[in-house]
Amino acid sequence: MKTVEEIKTAIETAVSGAQLEIVPNGSPSAEHSLLVDAAHAFAAAKFLRDDAELKLDFLSNVTGVDWLDKETTEKVKVTRPVEKEVNGVKTMVDETVEETKKTVTPGYLEAVYHLYSMAKKHGPVILRMRTGNRSDKVELPSLTPIWRAAEFQEREVFDLFGIIFTGHPDLRRILMWDGFKDYPMRRDYVDPDDYEYEPTAHDDVLKRAQAHLAATTTEAAQ
Amino acid sequence: MGLGERSFDVAVDPELKIELGKQGIFVTTIQELYNWGRKSSVWPMQFGLACCAIEMIATTMARYDLARFGAEVFRPSPRQADLMIVSGTVTKKMAPQVVRLYNQMAEPRYVIAMGACAISGGPFKQGYNVLKGIDRYIPVDVHIPGCPPRPEALLQAFMTLQKKIDEQSLTGENRPRYLNVDAPGEFPVPEQGEHDLVPASNPNVWTVPVVIR
Repeated sequence: MKTVEEIKTAIETAVSGAQLEIVPNGSPSAEHSLLVDAAHAFAAAKFLRDDAELKLDFLSNVTGVDWLDKETTEKVKVTRPVEKEVNGVKTMVDETVEETKKTVTPGYLEAVYHLYSMAKKHGPVILRMRTGNRSDKVELPSLTPIWRAAEFQEREVFDLFGIIFTGHPDLRRILMWDGFKDYPMRRDYVDPDDYEYEPTAHDDVLKRAQAHLAATTTEAAQ
Repeated sequence: MGLGERSFDVAVDPELKIELGKQGIFVTTIQELYNWGRKSSVWPMQFGLACCAIEMIATTMARYDLARFGAEVFRPSPRQADLMIVSGTVTKKMAPQVVRLYNQMAEPRYVIAMGACAISGGPFKQGYNVLKGIDRYIPVDVHIPGCPPRPEALLQAFMTLQKKIDEQSLTGENRPRYLNVDAPGEFPVPEQGEHDLVPASNPNVWTVPVVIR
């Protein structure tokens, strides 16, 4: 099979305007994945399925990843004029100060597709798509029209992560009930406070149980 | 009232009863006859929720033979069933349906909560989608721990239930729920809310147990 780099160039030549990026996998398996921009993902996926050499006709798995906002701090040396008193006279002197600079990389949701070829007996090729952010730009193109197997799994990703797949024929919750409002697999999900009876609590569960107990006793005292 | 002691007034002196039996005279009470009839034909409802159901099916098969206890007739309708074996994980999506099925069963009805999940949520207790024990919504007669419990454990639970039925009195304070006009016959079905089931438990059935350390 072609290497990831070769597949990347093949997609870029076949789909004009597609911006691809290789997300390296540092493990011994070295299964690097292809990050494709949402606008050209559908065309890229169609190419992967229909290309005579690749023929990735089998979608094995669709999953989601939640990446939180990342805050990185780095120390930067800044030179700027500072007022100083030298021999009783106030003058401006350039001084180098070390400052910590905080940069926030906005979080996003990611959909990951694992593709194989039944015809050519090769794979996997891993395809990734990323949303704009985690709150209002969560649309990604649905790949269900290309691989029918994606239908239920995209519903599951929608249910648990909240990615909205545009073009999906039947995007409803699949595991949780329809009136459910949360996305349980997101990393900032807080589960219901039903820690009233934890006979063998430890670690995080113990903390939650103690917090619940404190909250209910103050409620009862009021 | 423990399981070991007889709850009803003994109408006939037990020794006299044995003596009369030796002479070919059979003496009994309506209560004994009634309880004997009920305990000997407890028909379970045919439904399973997870892997515990496989053990339940094994229990009904020839090797363990639940038919020995008069319970081989699994009924596909709650209207014809006496016993609900909650065999497996009760998810929050499934819980309202389980309570609804229980409401549709005719009295007298009994519940066996089978396995770690059905009694407490089991390995999924801290998850977002699993009910922490079906006893939060419906009264459970026998709890069986295990993951899954072996068929022997289910048979043991069944025998415990039969013993419990045998000791029920038809009158008095300890009479079963279905003979008590004031006792609730229907149990509220929880609503599927925006974040969790509403209410999270039925306070008439379940209160927070006191942990003694």
